[in-house]
Amino acid sequence: MKKKLLHLFDWIILLGSTLLVCLFLGIILWDIFSKGMPAVSWNFIHQYPTNGMTQGGILPAIIGTVILTFITTIFSVPFGVACAIYLNEYARPSLMTNIIRASIRNLAGVPSIIYGLFGLALFVQSLRLGTSVLSAGLTLGLLSLPYIITTTEEALKRIPNSMREATLALGVTQFETIKDVVLPKALPGILTGIILTISRAAGETAPILFTGVAFYINGISTSFNQEFMALPYHLYMLSTQHSSIEEVRPLAYGTAVILITLVFLLNTIAFIIRYKYRTQD
Amino acid sequence: MTGNRREKTDWFFKQIFKATGFITLALLGGIFFMLVYNSFSFFAEISPLDFFTGIQWDPDNKYSILPLLVSTLFVAVGSMIIAVPLGILTAAYLSEVAPKKVQTILKPVIEMLAAIPSVAIGFLGIVLLGPGISKLFGIQNGLNALNGSILLAIMALPTIITISEDAINAVPKSHREASLALGADKWETLFKITIPAALPGLIAAVLLGLGRALGETMTVLMATGNASAIPRGFLDSVRTITATIAIEMGEVPYQTTHYFALFAIAGILFLISLGINFLGEYFANRLRKFHA
Repeated sequence: MKKKLLHLFDWIILLGSTLLVCLFLGIILWDIFSKGMPAVSWNFIHQYPTNGMTQGGILPAIIGTVILTFITTIFSVPFGVACAIYLNEYARPSLMTNIIRASIRNLAGVPSIIYGLFGLALFVQSLRLGTSVLSAGLTLGLLSLPYIITTTEEALKRIPNSMREATLALGVTQFETIKDVVLPKALPGILTGIILTISRAAGETAPILFTGVAFYINGISTSFNQEFMALPYHLYMLSTQHSSIEEVRPLAYGTAVILITLVFLLNTIAFIIRYKYRTQD
Repeated sequence: MTGNRREKTDWFFKQIFKATGFITLALLGGIFFMLVYNSFSFFAEISPLDFFTGIQWDPDNKYSILPLLVSTLFVAVGSMIIAVPLGILTAAYLSEVAPKKVQTILKPVIEMLAAIPSVAIGFLGIVLLGPGISKLFGIQNGLNALNGSILLAIMALPTIITISEDAINAVPKSHREASLALGADKWETLFKITIPAALPGLIAAVLLGLGRALGETMTVLMATGNASAIPRGFLDSVRTITATIAIEMGEVPYQTTHYFALFAIAGILFLISLGINFLGEYFANRLRKFHA
């Protein structure tokens, strides 16, 4: 009897911990969406901010985030995928490749603000790109590289070696094997990794703090050498730096809703690709 | 002829892949050298002794990492006190107790929690948790170390749960069966056999979660109040290394002592997170070898 009671207690702590974790997510989403949804409207999405940010929409921040993640993708995807192909398809396993893999894994754990410092020193100052959407996009690209390399390599590893050997035995060159056999088969896995990485980059604030983000720009700039607005930074400024913080709180909640929706949307796309791919096999 | 061209294409692309591989590595290696180079410029001006033993961080003339380091450790260790038991127990529930159906619901919940941008979590620290803490403890300002610790715990939970779950799953079935055959029940097996056997993996999970908490910027910047003094308790406002860089880097003139000082504290943070990651990897590998 005593043992049974004790086990009931065990069961309660385990279940309780799990429920508490779920509760955290519930509180976060409920608070943000219940207070943010009233602020979100078509006008909020497609209008410019007015009256010193106390009214109007967040269109420039949405466009800024889209352009920023676009630059990040353009830079990090080709380099990351090519690097993974080199490591998995060409490089022979050696101490050197082990060191390279270990450093890539560890770079994924480097605090994001340190990437911001590196972006400032390299892109903004040394390469004289200035504080611009290009500098910020490249900085986020660097941050994304280790993730893209690791996830791409994992996807490539899942392709059985017999497939490569079969085409090579038919006299097909290694590049053609990679292009026509390995990559198409690994594509869903690679895509999932890329989308998850990009969704992470879209929500990052610290690396863009001093590489080009601005609280307010006049109009929408489409040129790559100008400062830009971004959703996460907009949320940060509205909730900490604005002169009338209480007044803009609904706008801050609204911005949080748009940001989280964007990130979840990307995650859902990745989830669907992964699910389809799994059932295919 | 075509065969020759195909071979040339093959050779050409091999070089391209090789070159991108090395450019990528050079860029990533550059991060390390940039930190070291700028930190050396700093230590040429300020003695390391003052840097590590002073008690004040004042951007005008006093550069000591101590208050920032203590703040960083304070918040990060606080978050682990909350996240470690919660994360490991949740992982144990997920992998040993939960029915298949519950598992398929809980996995996306944890992925969603991991996907929420840190700035949104920090925002909730200001609007929800801060007022809550100030009401509960009867203090004026709810933006303090406790606030940051709770938020960082929430952010570290997905990392800890995922890796702990893998570690518990990696314990061979034969261990459990042996224990059950000796008459131990399900719960005794879980707490006395499975969890101890998974220990190296659980340590790896905790270390990687800690690494995540130490390096987080936006959450602590928004939720901990940013007073740069050595904290005395969890209700004190603190200012971490990451928050200091975020606050001061935007205004500092290029290549001044202050500029180099911010790179120096970033360098220390880099070394700490590197050490924790390597240690985490060591334990993760030990688990793999043990069960191989």
